[in-house]
Amino acid sequence: MEHLISMRDLDTRRINALIKRAGDIESGREKPDMSNRVMGALFFEPSTRTQLSFDTAMKRLGGKVITMSGTKGTSVEKGESLADTVKIINQYADIIVVRHYNEGAARYISEQVDIPVVNAGDGANQHPTQSLLDLYSIQKTQNTLNNLRIALVGDLKYGRTVHSLVYALAGYNPVFYFVAPEALAMPQYILDDLDNMGMTYEVRETLEEIIPQLDIMYVTRIQRERFADPEEYEKVKNAFIIRAAHLTEVKENFRILHPLPRVNEIHTDVDTLPGAYYFQQAGNGVYMRQAILTTLLEQL
Amino acid sequence: MDKKLKVDPIREGTVIDHIPANKALQVLSIIKAAQDDVVTVGINFASHKFGRKDIVKIEGRELSQKDINSIALIAPDATVIIIRDFQVINKYPVQIPDTLNGLARCANPRCITNHEEMMTRFRVQQKNPVRLRCHYCERVFDGDELELVTA
Repeated sequence: MEHLISMRDLDTRRINALIKRAGDIESGREKPDMSNRVMGALFFEPSTRTQLSFDTAMKRLGGKVITMSGTKGTSVEKGESLADTVKIINQYADIIVVRHYNEGAARYISEQVDIPVVNAGDGANQHPTQSLLDLYSIQKTQNTLNNLRIALVGDLKYGRTVHSLVYALAGYNPVFYFVAPEALAMPQYILDDLDNMGMTYEVRETLEEIIPQLDIMYVTRIQRERFADPEEYEKVKNAFIIRAAHLTEVKENFRILHPLPRVNEIHTDVDTLPGAYYFQQAGNGVYMRQAILTTLLEQL
Repeated sequence: MDKKLKVDPIREGTVIDHIPANKALQVLSIIKAAQDDVVTVGINFASHKFGRKDIVKIEGRELSQKDINSIALIAPDATVIIIRDFQVINKYPVQIPDTLNGLARCANPRCITNHEEMMTRFRVQQKNPVRLRCHYCERVFDGDELELVTA
């Protein structure tokens, strides 16, 4: 059974196929029909955007959705094991979409059930559908994924989105700039992986000097919930705020992406610039998730 | 006299040689010597190959494959020597397998393996020094960062 758990499992051939399919679905060249299928959405951790995006994607495919959102009042709160919970959903649904606060939960679930599993975020580890919609957004705005200069800005330590994205882009010869305060720098184990893959990157604490060279600036929120110590959060939360005034000298193809929600890291005066692409990016997520759900459900 | 061993030879049992200096006590905790086992531990011996090394001798016991895999985590250069009637019967380097199942706990407290009743799985990324990736949370650890499963 094929699942979507980690970008580490996908090669460029499969990534390109999903991007092409998302494009075909968006343009109407392909109209998949999943009207006899049920998606089980298990959101152990709260989410608005990802959950609604999957919900919309499945409904646009004609399918049905059953949802568990949070664990309050559920069998999980009564002490049921994760394995038991998902084996029950296995009886109801044709595909499981799961977000869980523990890293590795989606992989474990995929080993417990005999239907496809999509990882919609496992703790600080992976969020592959976000990466794929990011890749789709990059492809749409740049007409290529190859040889791009991409700055990742903000929380690179806890941000699973950026972790997934660097692996996703590994096969496309990017130059990365990792721009973060020291306390939120890209983890060493990921830099080690990039070194082993022979990838080019620069670790920086400032952004201004590189803006004119960039094709993509990918900004992430500094997440309060990832800090055990609120003082630490207060110290770094305003470290990088992007304003229109920073973006006067940019390339024509330059785009800003953000997985959303934003708090204040992109000022609203950026929203009207031609480079602001984060709202369209969220829209692209529905097409990409339609492509993912269709591809995985076709196995059944 | 130069060649004289600092510890007495054993009649039957296992010698674990070429343990990195000051790791012998960790090896001892892996092999879990019983109360009446006779164990000799040498720490910081001179070594041609490594400068300094530790050595552990355990009488009357041959180690299981699980013990040897665990030793390889912290002492990837170790040599296991099986002794019978004072003779070396077998001598081989420890070798870490490509995957380790149920041998060690994941050091990531948020890993699902620390929250569910399940077996841990690691893939060996690098054999010496040992680096392992958790199959579930995908984090990479040094061999000696992991706590061994004792049950």
